Amino acid sequence: MSQDPLEGCRISAGKKSAVSLGKALHPPNLLVVVEGTCGACVAASPVSAPEGSCSYNVAHHHLCVCVRVCMAWQGLQKGETLASLKQESENLRRKLEEERGKLTDVELHQVAEKVETVAALSIKTRRVLKGHGNKVLSMDWCKDKRRLVSSSQDGKVIVWDAFTLNKEHGITLPCTWVMACAYAPSGCAVACGGLDNKCSVVPLSLDRNENVTAKKKSVAMHTNYVSGCSFTNSDMQLLTSSGDGTCALWDVESGQLLQSFHGHTADVLSLDLAPSETGNTFVSGGCDMKANVWDMRSGQNIQSFDNHQSDINCVKYYPSGDAFASASDDATCRFYDLRADREVAVYQKDSIIFGASSVDFSLSGRLLFAGYNDYTINVWDVLKGTRVSVLFGHENRVSRVRVSPDGTALCSASWDNTLRVSRT
Amino acid sequence: MTFIQVNSHKYGRLSEECSQLLMFFQLEAIVVEMQDPKNGVKNSVQKLNVTTIPHAAAGNDIIAWINTKMKTTVEEAQVFGTMLVAYGYIYPLKNHNKLVMCNDSSLYRFQTPYFWPTQKWVPEDSDYAIYLAKRNIRKKGQLEPYEQTHYNHLHEWLNHKWEFIVMQATEQYKAGRDRNKPDRVIFDCQERAYWMVNRPPHRTHSALDCGPERLIDPNTEERISFDQYRRVNVFYQQAIMRSKVKSSVSLGALVKYITTYKNHDPFLAPCQPSNPWQTDHDAYWTLNMRRVEAPTKMRVERWSFSLFELLTDLRGRDDFKIFLKKEFSGENLAFWEAAEELKWGTASSMSTKAETIFKTFLAPGAPRWINIDGRTMGLTVKGLEHPHRYVLEAAQTHVFLLMKKDTFFRYLKSPTYKEIQKKALSPETHSFRLVFFTNGN
Repeated sequence: MSQDPLEGCRISAGKKSAVSLGKALHPPNLLVVVEGTCGACVAASPVSAPEGSCSYNVAHHHLCVCVRVCMAWQGLQKGETLASLKQESENLRRKLEEERGKLTDVELHQVAEKVETVAALSIKTRRVLKGHGNKVLSMDWCKDKRRLVSSSQDGKVIVWDAFTLNKEHGITLPCTWVMACAYAPSGCAVACGGLDNKCSVVPLSLDRNENVTAKKKSVAMHTNYVSGCSFTNSDMQLLTSSGDGTCALWDVESGQLLQSFHGHTADVLSLDLAPSETGNTFVSGGCDMKANVWDMRSGQNIQSFDNHQSDINCVKYYPSGDAFASASDDATCRFYDLRADREVAVYQKDSIIFGASSVDFSLSGRLLFAGYNDYTINVWDVLKGTRVSVLFGHENRVSRVRVSPDGTALCSASWDNTLRVSRT
Repeated sequence: MTFIQVNSHKYGRLSEECSQLLMFFQLEAIVVEMQDPKNGVKNSVQKLNVTTIPHAAAGNDIIAWINTKMKTTVEEAQVFGTMLVAYGYIYPLKNHNKLVMCNDSSLYRFQTPYFWPTQKWVPEDSDYAIYLAKRNIRKKGQLEPYEQTHYNHLHEWLNHKWEFIVMQATEQYKAGRDRNKPDRVIFDCQERAYWMVNRPPHRTHSALDCGPERLIDPNTEERISFDQYRRVNVFYQQAIMRSKVKSSVSLGALVKYITTYKNHDPFLAPCQPSNPWQTDHDAYWTLNMRRVEAPTKMRVERWSFSLFELLTDLRGRDDFKIFLKKEFSGENLAFWEAAEELKWGTASSMSTKAETIFKTFLAPGAPRWINIDGRTMGLTVKGLEHPHRYVLEAAQTHVFLLMKKDTFFRYLKSPTYKEIQKKALSPETHSFRLVFFTNGN
């Protein structure tokens, strides 16, 4: 039997192609063909192949493709049993914890001791946006720092100029529970989706009289509700998360699926794109209590954190892209250091027993705003782990909190049918 | 106070239902404590119309009790009190459709455990129909408009069961008549409060109103197959091999970031001239627009934080381009921009873009030939024969690192940057009096 299981196989060009296999592997095996850079071309991190690993570099084909042979699809090998695999899993997990532990030479609160405390904040609500007929489920700021889009249980998506309180566009969707909405980077379109299992892109026109709903275009198709969506660095690609347990990257113009991300074992509730200069990763959180970091190019899950004890409702990157925070139904928010590959802080209090639904950082990353199901927003000092302030005012659950692109204000959307814009 | 500490892995995976149950147990523990005759909330007897209601407590007393017990602020105690009302553990005697706890002398009562949300029975539509029918029997026309709408609707779609419903309602009505008056009034209040929470009228917010069901319950049948274990094992192996950084280094970097941006964070330091949301004056945005002749000093300072900041702010990128032009090394940035366009462009434009890029930057003798190492060049050119979105990744990274490690620092020391620093504006802080006048008052 040849050493190269890909000998004799043909790879057809195209984004998602099935590869027919040579005789080396058993028939109904499926190869996951991943579009992306070949390990030989990008000398970044070595894709080494210890025994049993499954990354192959297909350098001798014209198409540069990283083919991951999922050995998983093979039957049990000699000497392997379910129990032995489980044991190996536990050993590996312990080893990973050990490796992480070796690099834990200091804790966040120790590093934070040298930093001065945050002065008392007095945050006031400056705008209350009324107009939705039912719970506001999601919102997103426009890059122009004053407009925002919000979506509601009544099936309506409204684009506001929050500064003047003007409603600029109203889009009606045929479904209720529009759980996801996003503003395009150019400011010329919005995306929205929810219980219709789709995510649609609606171009916005300058003409007020034009019916924008008519121009709505379906881009993403999932097999269950769409829980979150986000444009990438351009209007041309859309990233979505869904109740079917997957995330997906779509080409807006053609509606083509560019990449799908499998790994969550339950509904995915939230996603966020990394703000780094490479901009190639994103993080997702779901009902399986895991927060996963993905490589957009290969579709691979590169890091995973399972510290929460209940559904993760929201994940958000730290402004530098080297860390992220999560909010969960277990009433805590957590902070993860990506370079050290571990959780470094838990934001909780005995008196907070209701789930956190949403988080966002202030511009410098010092403050973490978190919306909770007890109608309040808690403001945490990211470094010291203490609570700096509490915001009251909403009359029902806070479903989403977002800091404006230039950090001047915080917008909170709530099940009390309103949105509030607040600042110090 | 018994707050249940949930240790990781102690309860294993908690489904949404489980974590909600845990929360309910905590709420119930508090509610029981509140009703303790010795250490609980002070309560008294109240008169409601002609009847006397025992064990009624004032809102401010309840809030004061929570405040002392949980050691929180008064506002937080009020929030907690509101949650107890929203979940139906406490109900208001007046304004029964406003499920909030008011910090004044308005009266509340504790709901009987029979009607607590943790009880096994789910409030079915047929139960609601029986309740409404019973009220109709007692006195016609007593139903609120929204209840009447519900009643009509239920009458239609539960029509097949209607005889049964009316029978049940009549039975309950007769049983109720046998009770003495005070008991009957109390029970009616409790029942009404229960349905207020479970079938809230429009504009009443009950905490039992939930979102759409989360479909995949991680608790069901956790039979992990062998191939799942395999995948997980591969993941662990790769995770172990991946290079990690010492905490002191990575946490130090986070602290450095925060310190660097501290003065630029509008929640920590004032905006100049003023935060538009505070003064309703949008000068801050006008001064920081995309194409201004003179940017603000803060903006120019921010460009010096990293190449990423400089390039993300298009005004900064413009200034960088001026510098590069003087140095005759603009092709690197041009290539980086073209590669970005390819990466984030539409799928259909890929091949045309790739061709243009090859002709402009990579072909031997190209007009804007970029100087990258032979290996990267070779691989990139080969990849361009069958272009895909990330075909320029290696070259782009190489060029970016070049700019980051060398060109960027030279820019910061250059006359171009010094000039823009001099030209940059430092707007005066808006004084409220000034804003008052400019608003035309």
